[in-house]
Amino acid sequence: MGGKQDPTANGSPKSESMGAKKASPDLLNSSFSFKSLKLKTKQQELLLRVSILGLVYVLAFIARLFSVLRYESMIHEFDPYFNYRTTLYLTEKGFYEFWNWFDSESWYPLGRIIGGTLYPGLMVTAALIYWTLRFLRFFVHIREVCVLTAPFFASNTTIVAYFFGKEIWDTGAGLVAAALIAICPGYISRSVAGSYDNEAVAIFALLLTFYLFVKAVKTGSLSWALGSAFGYFYMVSAWGGYVFIINLVPLYVLVLLITGRYSMRLYVAYNCMYILGMLLAMQIRFVGFQHVQSGEHMGAMGVFLLMQVFYFLDWVKYQLNDTKLFQTFLRITVTSAILVGGIALGVGTASGYISPWTGRFYSLLDPTYAKDHIPIIASVSEHQPTAWSSFMFDYHILLFLFPAGLYFCFKRLSDATIFIVMYGLTSLYFAGVMVRLILVATPAVCLISAIAVSATVKNLTSLLRTKQKVPQTGSTKGVGSSKSSSKVTLDQSQPFQKNGAIALLVGVFYLLSRYAIHCTWVTSEAYSSPSIVLAARGAHGNRIIFDDYREAYYWLRQNTPTDAKVMSWWDYGYQITAMGNRTVIVDNNTWNNTHIATVGRAMSSYEDEAYDIMRSLDVNYVLVVFGGVTGYSSDDINKFLWMVRIGGGVYPVIKEPDYLVNGEFRVDKGASPKMLNCLMYKLCYYRFGELVTEYGKPTGYDRARGVEIGNKDIKLEHLEEAYTTSNWIVRIYRVKPPTNRL
Amino acid sequence: MMNLSRSVALISLFLLPLLTFSFSVDNPTDRRVLVLLDDLSLKSSHSIFFSTLKSRGFDLDFKLAEDSKLALQRYGQYLYDGLIIFAPSTERFGGSLDSKSIAEFVDSGRDLILSADTSASDLIRGIALECGVDFDEDSSAMVIDHSSFDGDHTLIAADDLVKSHAILGKTKIEAPVLFRGVAHSLNPTNNLVLKVLSASPSAYSANPSSKLSSPPQLTGSAISLVSVMQARNNARVVISGSLQLFSDRLLRSSVQKAGSPNKYEKSGNEQFVTELSKWVFHERGHLKAGSLVHHRVGETDEPAIYRIKDDLEFSVEILEWSGKSWEPYVADDMQVQFYMMSPYVLKTLSTDKKGLFHTSFKVPDVYGVFQFKVEYEKLGYTTLSLSKQIPVRPYRHNEYERFIPTAYPYYGACFTTMAGFFVFSFVYLYHK
Repeated sequence: MGGKQDPTANGSPKSESMGAKKASPDLLNSSFSFKSLKLKTKQQELLLRVSILGLVYVLAFIARLFSVLRYESMIHEFDPYFNYRTTLYLTEKGFYEFWNWFDSESWYPLGRIIGGTLYPGLMVTAALIYWTLRFLRFFVHIREVCVLTAPFFASNTTIVAYFFGKEIWDTGAGLVAAALIAICPGYISRSVAGSYDNEAVAIFALLLTFYLFVKAVKTGSLSWALGSAFGYFYMVSAWGGYVFIINLVPLYVLVLLITGRYSMRLYVAYNCMYILGMLLAMQIRFVGFQHVQSGEHMGAMGVFLLMQVFYFLDWVKYQLNDTKLFQTFLRITVTSAILVGGIALGVGTASGYISPWTGRFYSLLDPTYAKDHIPIIASVSEHQPTAWSSFMFDYHILLFLFPAGLYFCFKRLSDATIFIVMYGLTSLYFAGVMVRLILVATPAVCLISAIAVSATVKNLTSLLRTKQKVPQTGSTKGVGSSKSSSKVTLDQSQPFQKNGAIALLVGVFYLLSRYAIHCTWVTSEAYSSPSIVLAARGAHGNRIIFDDYREAYYWLRQNTPTDAKVMSWWDYGYQITAMGNRTVIVDNNTWNNTHIATVGRAMSSYEDEAYDIMRSLDVNYVLVVFGGVTGYSSDDINKFLWMVRIGGGVYPVIKEPDYLVNGEFRVDKGASPKMLNCLMYKLCYYRFGELVTEYGKPTGYDRARGVEIGNKDIKLEHLEEAYTTSNWIVRIYRVKPPTNRL
Repeated sequence: MMNLSRSVALISLFLLPLLTFSFSVDNPTDRRVLVLLDDLSLKSSHSIFFSTLKSRGFDLDFKLAEDSKLALQRYGQYLYDGLIIFAPSTERFGGSLDSKSIAEFVDSGRDLILSADTSASDLIRGIALECGVDFDEDSSAMVIDHSSFDGDHTLIAADDLVKSHAILGKTKIEAPVLFRGVAHSLNPTNNLVLKVLSASPSAYSANPSSKLSSPPQLTGSAISLVSVMQARNNARVVISGSLQLFSDRLLRSSVQKAGSPNKYEKSGNEQFVTELSKWVFHERGHLKAGSLVHHRVGETDEPAIYRIKDDLEFSVEILEWSGKSWEPYVADDMQVQFYMMSPYVLKTLSTDKKGLFHTSFKVPDVYGVFQFKVEYEKLGYTTLSLSKQIPVRPYRHNEYERFIPTAYPYYGACFTTMAGFFVFSFVYLYHK
C-alpha cells in the first residue's frame, strides 16, 4: 500500500511532464491558463507531497489498530502495565506526587522509589495528551490515551522520517522513507495500539534528535543544535536507549574528524548539543550524574575535549606560519592531551568516581557476556541474539535494499550520508546482538532502503522519459546532477534499455507491494496480540479466547486482603500490582538481583524450605502460570531453569544439574527427583494428575511439553490451592499460617 | 462444616495477629469443662482435684468416655471451653468424638488436660502425639527410678519442676510430686511443648515386672512426667503420664524421698495440680495487647507513611488476666523491633506500670516497608505476636537542603564565572 505511492514521489521532472500532459488540452483555450497551470504544477507537487504524507500519517496510525479491533482497547504485555499504573497515578495525583512517589506495593519489603527509577517521558507525554484532550472537552479515559499513544507517535515518526530522508537525500527519498517506516514490522512490533511502552515515544525522539543534529551539522546553526539538545532531552526522559545517541553522535563526530571533515559547523553543532543535552539530561532523576560519572558516557566527553583540542590546534596553526614548528607542536599537544585524558580516566575509574560499564552495555558489545555472567539479562527473551528469520520477518525486502542504499550513500558521500551510514551499521550490529534492538535499527534501515528505492526509481524513470522525449532532456539537464550520469548511459543507447527499465520498475513495484502485503500480514498475525489475553484456534477453526490472566488478577483484587503479598516470578509483578492491586515481592523492574534470586530459590526448593523463605518475606499468596492444560508454552515450567540459574547465582545451594537428567530438562517420569518435588513443580502440577487434557492420552498429560507428568500424587503441606482459572493458566495458592500445635 | 470453620479460623488468624484466641476476649478463663472418664469411680477417687475446680467456679460435666451421646459441638458451636480426659484405657470414644475432633477443639483455642497411664490406649497416645508428646511405645513400661522414689521404685518423688511463676504460681512447691505412670518424651522439633515435671537423671522407662533384656529407650532427664503445650493460638494443653498424680490418694499422701532426711506431711501434688489447672484454664499468664500505637514526636495521629530519620513514638498497652479482671502487666523485657527482613531498631520498652509500654526512636536512614513487631514469648505466658506494617519513604525533592555550606566554593565559582564572562564579552565587544 505504501509502496504504491512511491513512484509519484519522484521530484520535479515527472510532475512537470504530468503537468505538460494535462496542460496540452488547455493550450487551445489560452496561453494564460497554461501559465497559471504551470505555476500550479509546483503547488500540485506540494499538494501531492502533503497528501501522500497525510495518507502515510493516517496509514501508520490505522495499521496499528488491529489489536484494538481484534480484542479490545487494552494495555498489552508486562511493562506497559507499570507505565499505565504510573500514568494513572500521575493524572490523579499530579506531577510532584508522581515525582516523589514511593511505591510500597512493589518489591516488598524494599519498596521502590518510582520517581527516581523510571523514565518519565512516556507518562508525562500521555498525561499531557490527556490533559489537552480534557481541556478541549474530550472526556476520554486515560486508558484510551495510553493505548493510542504508541500509534500516534508512530505517525509522528513518519513525518520526522520524511524530513530526515529529505535532509540526507531528497524529498523523494523522504516520502519513501516515511512510507516504509509507517508499516515496517520491526517498528510496528513495539508500537501497536496498547503497547504502551517507552519505545513507543522513544523511537520518535531518537529519530528527531538525529534529524536535528544532522541538520545542525549541515547548517552549523545554533538553533538546530539547540533543537537537537531538546530532542535528546526528550529521548533521555523517555528511554534508556538514549545511551545509543550519546555514543553514536560522538562516534560520528570522531569519524568526521578522522576523515578530515572537521568544520566550524560541526564544532558548533556538537558542542552545543553535548553541553546542553548533558545539562538537560541531568534533570532526569534516573539518569542524574551519569553523564559525568558513568563509563558509557565517557566517550562523548572525550570527543568533546578532542574537539576543543582540534579547535585550539586550528588556532595555533593560524598563528604559526611555520609548518615544521606546527608539526612538533601538534605532536606534543596530541600526546599530552591523550595522556591527560588517559590518566583522568584511569584515576576516575580506580577511585570509583567513574562507574564501570554496566552489564547490559557489556552484553551489547560482547553477546556472550550475559549468558556467562548475568542470567537475569540472558533470561529475557527479547535480550536473545537475533535469528536470521526474525531479520527477514521484520525487514522483508529492506534487508537487501539496505546494502543497495549503502552503495548510493557511499556514492554521494556527505556529512549527512556518513551519519546515516554509521547509524545503519552500528544499529544493525546491535540488532544482531539483541532481538529488541531491531527496533533501533529500523529507522536507519528504512531510511537507507528508501534512498535505494528512490534513487533506483528515479534513475529508471528518467531513463524512460529521456528516451521518449529526446529533445526535452536538454532542458531538464540542469536540474540534478544525478541525471547527467543517466544521460551518459543513455547516450550509449543500449537496445533494450527502455524495456529493461520498464521491467525493473515493475519489479520494484512488485517488491514494494509484496512488502506492503507482508507488513500487513505480520502486523495482523504476529504483532497485534496483547499477550495478556491469549487466542487459539479451536478444532473447528473457531477462535478461542483465554482470558485467564485477567480472571486471576481480578480474583486477587476481589478476594484477598488489601495488604496481602503475592509471590510470583518477576514477569508477572507489574500485572499483579496494576490489575490485582496487591503487593508483590519482585516485578519486572529487575533492579535487585538478590531479591529475585530469593524468589527463584523459593520456587526451586522443597516445599518446607520454600515455606521458611516465604514466611520470611511475609508471603500470603503464590501465583504460578501453567500452560499444561492449554498448551501455552511460555509458562513457569518452561521458565523454570532460569529461576534455578538466577537463584543459584546468588545461593549456591541451588545447583542446576540437580534439576536436569543428562543435561536434559524433563518433567515426566524420567525427571530428577529434585525437579519432581520442588515447589514450582508441585504448584504447577497439583491435582493435574487427575485431569485428562487430551483425548486418547493418559491423565496428567502436559500439552505444553507433550509428556505425561512424572509426579501425579502431589500433596501440599504448607500451601493450599486458593484459585485456579478456568483454563488452568494461572494458579494461585494460599500460604497457610504455621500449624497450631507443631 | 469443619473445613469452613477451619478456614474461618485461618482467615481470622491471618487477619488478627493479636491472637487472644479464647472464648471471649474479655473473659478468657474457661467456664464449662467436659470431663471424660473411663470409669465413674474416678469421680470419687479424684474428688479433691475436681472439687478445687468446682470451687473456682468451673462447671464440670462428667461423662463416660464411651457415652454414645458425646459431642463437643452442637450446631457448629462448641459446648465446652475445656476438656479433661481421664480415660487412659479408652480405645474409642462414644458419639462423634475422636482424636481429630479433639485436635480441632484445641485448634479452636480451647484447653485440654490429658492424662495417660500405664497401658494407655492408642487413642490417647494419638491425641498426645498430636500435641508433640510421645509416650513410651512399650505399653507395659513405667517410669522406674532407683534413687528418687517413695517406697516403691515406680512411685517417683519428682522435684524437678519448671521454674515459671506463670505456670506453677508464685509459691514454691516444697514437697516432691508423687508420680506413678508412663514416661513420655517431647518431639524435639516442636518448640511449643515443654516439660513441667521432669524425671531425675537416674530414671528410666521399662516394664517393672520383667527383666531388662536391652537398655531402655527412654532414660534420665529426657523423660518427661508432665508436659504442657501452648499452641500458637494460645490454647493450653497439659499432658500427664500418670492419672494417679491427680488422685486423692497421692494428693493426701505424705512423702519422703528415698535417702532424703526431709519428710513432708503432704505431697506437692495438690499444689501442683491446682496451680497447673489454673494455668491451663487461663486463670494465670494470660496477656492481652491493645493495638500498636505510633506517631511522630509532637503529633497524635498515626501517619500513613514515615520519612527516613523521622522521630517517632511507639506504645502498646498490655494487660494481664488475673482470673477475675484485667490488670496492667508489668515487665521490663518487652521489646519492639522496627523490622524489614531484619530488625533495624530493637528497643526495650519502658512501662508506666499501668500497662502502657512505650518508647521513642528515630526511623533509620533506610526506606522500605517496615513493621513494628512485638514478639513476646515468655515462659508460661501467652505468646504475643503483634505487627503493624508501615512504609518509610525517602526525602521528597523539596525536603533536601537548598544550599549546603560545604558547596559554597562551587557556588562562588559559578557566579564568578558568570560575572567574568559578562565582563569579558563587554570588553571584547566594545574595546576597539
